[in-house]
Amino acid sequence: MAVDVLQYFVNGLMVGGLYALIALSIVLIIKATAVFNFAIGHLMMLGGLFYWTFMVALGLPVWLSILLSLALAAVVGALIQRLTLHPLIGQPPMASLMVTVALMYVLLGLAVMLWRGSIMGLPAFISAEPLAFGGLTVSRQFLVSFIICMVVFGIFVAVFRYTQTGLHMRATAEDHQVARAKGIKVDNIMLITWVIASIAAAVGGILLGLRVGVGPPMTMIALKAFPAVLVGGIDSIPGALVGGLLVGVLEQLAGGLIDPALMEIAPYIVLLIALIFMPYGLFGLKRIERI
Amino acid sequence: MAVNRPCGTFNENYAKDMAIVRTKFQWGLVIASLILLFALPSFCSSLVLYLVNLIAITLIAVLGLNILTGYTGLFSLGQAAFMGVGAYTSALLTTYLGFSFWLALPCAGLSAALVGVIFGLPSLRIKGFYLTMATLAAQFIIPWLFIHVRPDLTGGTDSLLVAVPTLGNIKFNSQASMFYIIIPTMLVMLLFAKNIVRTSVGRAFIAIRDNDLAAEVMGVNLFKYKLLAFFICSFYAGIAGSLWAHWMRAILYEHFLLMQSIWMCGMVIVGGMGYTVGAVFGTVFIRLLDQFVVYITPVVEALFPHLVGSATAAVGPFAFGSVIVVFIIFEPRGLAHRWEMFKASYRLNPYSY
Repeated sequence: MAVDVLQYFVNGLMVGGLYALIALSIVLIIKATAVFNFAIGHLMMLGGLFYWTFMVALGLPVWLSILLSLALAAVVGALIQRLTLHPLIGQPPMASLMVTVALMYVLLGLAVMLWRGSIMGLPAFISAEPLAFGGLTVSRQFLVSFIICMVVFGIFVAVFRYTQTGLHMRATAEDHQVARAKGIKVDNIMLITWVIASIAAAVGGILLGLRVGVGPPMTMIALKAFPAVLVGGIDSIPGALVGGLLVGVLEQLAGGLIDPALMEIAPYIVLLIALIFMPYGLFGLKRIERI
Repeated sequence: MAVNRPCGTFNENYAKDMAIVRTKFQWGLVIASLILLFALPSFCSSLVLYLVNLIAITLIAVLGLNILTGYTGLFSLGQAAFMGVGAYTSALLTTYLGFSFWLALPCAGLSAALVGVIFGLPSLRIKGFYLTMATLAAQFIIPWLFIHVRPDLTGGTDSLLVAVPTLGNIKFNSQASMFYIIIPTMLVMLLFAKNIVRTSVGRAFIAIRDNDLAAEVMGVNLFKYKLLAFFICSFYAGIAGSLWAHWMRAILYEHFLLMQSIWMCGMVIVGGMGYTVGAVFGTVFIRLLDQFVVYITPVVEALFPHLVGSATAAVGPFAFGSVIVVFIIFEPRGLAHRWEMFKASYRLNPYSY
């Protein structure tokens, strides 16, 4: 029993790593542009599909396919920001939210148009053989994807914290007007944020695609990162990490110990509980206002 | 809003000022269009009637969503799930407890409203975006409950067959006969939606939307009215769901997923938030767009033969998403605002002021 719990816990951490990466992508965009990106799952899917095209359809080597698909994802992110969200600066936040919801359908339509819309498997470059640690077994794919997620997460956090661009992004997140007064080009920062977030999403898409295949169903998995964002705190980067891992662990524990079917909705139950008892999440900025 | 009245129309008393239908000409138009509407089954094919019924049922749910989103300013991504609650309530009541459709219809509305209020409860502590996330959670949890709680009763992932509504000897088992249940219900709900926003309740909703703090200072009980908005919104969804169940005569959890909720949000946005007539415009527009996509798909396939995917599955979502984006960017007040502008310019013609 204890080993079971530990096993589910480890599985949860592995799954949660991916949620954390997706949550980071969402949080970055919220911090810089105050837009909650619903289309994140579809950006992930596009990243996976780009990778499939380069890797399987065109037969390019793995490293080149990854680089090219990340570059394409960056272009898509930049286009989305410039064409749809840039005109909405200054509009009510719900307008931008609904635009990203609508973008889900635009991207879905594009994906089905150009890539059929069936689930396509990616050739694994990580062997599927599980690793055993004592009584625990960990799938090598899960472990490698978890490590990649954490490394990418670390890189983005480092960029955010230690580079000039990162400083500008943080300033923009703090206050658009003040940032502008200090000579920061807020428009460009928003563009860069979208590019970075799209790249993070594409990494997530490729990693998830290796596990479940690329196609429209994977977007539903990305939606489970929303509870991670809210549990961690909507504008907190450590929150994205903790929230992602927490939601992953709770999902696997609920699925393993109570009912496997519960895995689908466990994150949303966590979300409801979080919304009722601590709406601003674990690390989110508490805005004191009357409801 | 109603600044420009037709020439020679004066409000001599309060009743006249509040009237929806003002002039004799308008009364004529209303009666003529009602006669035309109810004569529709006698000269339309069942395919057209299917579309009209579909639009009418969707319209009921969208009217409710418009009260919540357009008037109270609370965005909900769970309308389809609440519709599902209504549909399953109605189906279970008629199948297992032997209720007649006429009794199951209001019960479906009430049960959906109750569930809506439960998921609206977080509005005690949260608002805006956070509340939207609560409805998103509802959208995922409710269909899951349909599948997993009592699969022996609800059919689980299989569809559940629903009885045909009867009245005496009449069986409502065709598009034309269901038309006479759906359309009157829709008209009553439309009138109710139009009127509720003109009462003190509606003004409280609008006050909450415009500035919730100011509303509370003026004595609007925020919590009560937000829950009331959720109640009304999901009541509409429940009625729509019940009609849907008895109209399709088989229901499946797949009819009530996030996608349908988002489509209804899209209808509210395209039609114009905060206009009752906007819900009508939006629903008709999006449903017709859907039909148009089915119609032009062969053309698209002929034009772009290298597209490997199925064009129907691709063009539909693409067109829907693009329309919403275009509306939010270029006409956030929706078709209803355009309609107001058209009416104003028509009345003032040939002078522009």
